[in-house]
Amino acid sequence: MSNEFYTLRVNGMEHQVQDAWAGESLLYVLRERLGLPGTKGACEQGECGSCTVIMDGEAVCSCLVMAATAVEADIVTVEGLASDGEPTDVQQSFVNAGGVQCGFCTPGLIVAVHHLLDRNPAPSDLEIKEAISGNICRCTGYGRIFEAVRQARDTRAADISGGA
Amino acid sequence: MTVVNATSIEQALSALAANPQARLIQGGTDLMVEVNFNRTKVENVVSLRRVAELRRWHLDDETSMLRIGSGVPYAEMERAPLRDYVPALAEAARTVGSPQIRAAGSLGGNLGTCSPAGDGLPVLSALDAVVHLRSSAAARDVSVHDFMVGVKRNARQPHELIVAVSVPIVQGFQGYAKVGTRNAMVISAASACLVHDARAGTVRIALGAVAPTVVRARATEAWLATQTSLVGNPKVSDTLAREFGQRAAAECSPIDDHRSTADYRRHAISVLAQRLLLRAAYESTATTKRGPQ
Repeated sequence: MSNEFYTLRVNGMEHQVQDAWAGESLLYVLRERLGLPGTKGACEQGECGSCTVIMDGEAVCSCLVMAATAVEADIVTVEGLASDGEPTDVQQSFVNAGGVQCGFCTPGLIVAVHHLLDRNPAPSDLEIKEAISGNICRCTGYGRIFEAVRQARDTRAADISGGA
Repeated sequence: MTVVNATSIEQALSALAANPQARLIQGGTDLMVEVNFNRTKVENVVSLRRVAELRRWHLDDETSMLRIGSGVPYAEMERAPLRDYVPALAEAARTVGSPQIRAAGSLGGNLGTCSPAGDGLPVLSALDAVVHLRSSAAARDVSVHDFMVGVKRNARQPHELIVAVSVPIVQGFQGYAKVGTRNAMVISAASACLVHDARAGTVRIALGAVAPTVVRARATEAWLATQTSLVGNPKVSDTLAREFGQRAAAECSPIDDHRSTADYRRHAISVLAQRLLLRAAYESTATTKRGPQ
């Protein structure tokens, strides 16, 4: 492969990454080269989850993905979740429940929760805790984050049973 | 720096043959930490992310051997059916990092990095796993005991690829336990895997993070065989379990480092081994009471 450029498919759009060092992480490329700073970087070693993106249907830490190896993958970042400029149900439930304090962990959590609810629309409390166990909130606002996920789950369930 | 995105084992092997010094990357959870912190200078990389063949597993019904592709993520080992085939591997997989890490990390990575703290490795050791290696010229199988050579050193030659690992399906209790500074998202300070082979009537125990490589406590295994077989309704007293733990602890050679101390690691092994033996005895008794399966 020539390293002069490679192509990444992010939020349904093809992006050419040019003249980049091939060792750059997907996190770095998203933020610094593709103008998508919603994905946050903190630990850069897969501990904190603030850089979580969905890659080929799996929630992964973008800091641990070598961007040049992510060609042909379907990548969804926090910017790609909402359409029409409206918050998603998960984003709205974080607002409603007060699940956002400093906000730094929020994008990673929103992505992780979308990944959870898209696979498992009715997770138990334990399944919720497990699904967000890789996303660290240093404000330690876990109570309201947890409440936000339950609200999003219950709202989806009500929408489904209401036949909407 | 160059990156080759292989889409088949053959492509990966020819890239390695052309450049044996290339670093292999699967999930990236080890290599990218080194890269992000400039701990390593990476010139050439062969990525295995898109090699679908490495992400498959196969159970051979005749030999009862499960062959797990080196790129199968830990997340898959946590779930059925792999969870039911190799319960200890599922227990170990569940303790690896976070869900995000388990979606990316693999046994190929654990073996390739060969850290004594790798959570999959005590399970492979206790099960006498076989590592399948391939180069563009040949294929060879290496016992996991011979594969692990030292701290972050293994028997893989530069032009070889770890394609899979095979473990037997074993009837009887098997479990994995570890200790770290907290309960989740932690690298092991000490770990242990115990496998009770109910047909053979043997117990095997492997210890992690307490020696340059994962080690088997073979003297302890041999001693236990003179005390009980665990088959049927075993008598495992607390005294016996304690001595089992102490003997296992005496077989490791831990060090002081940033994660723990040698003394604590030895203590942790004695407790983990003791608990695993008691769990095995309990399970064995419970199975007997339920009747043959």
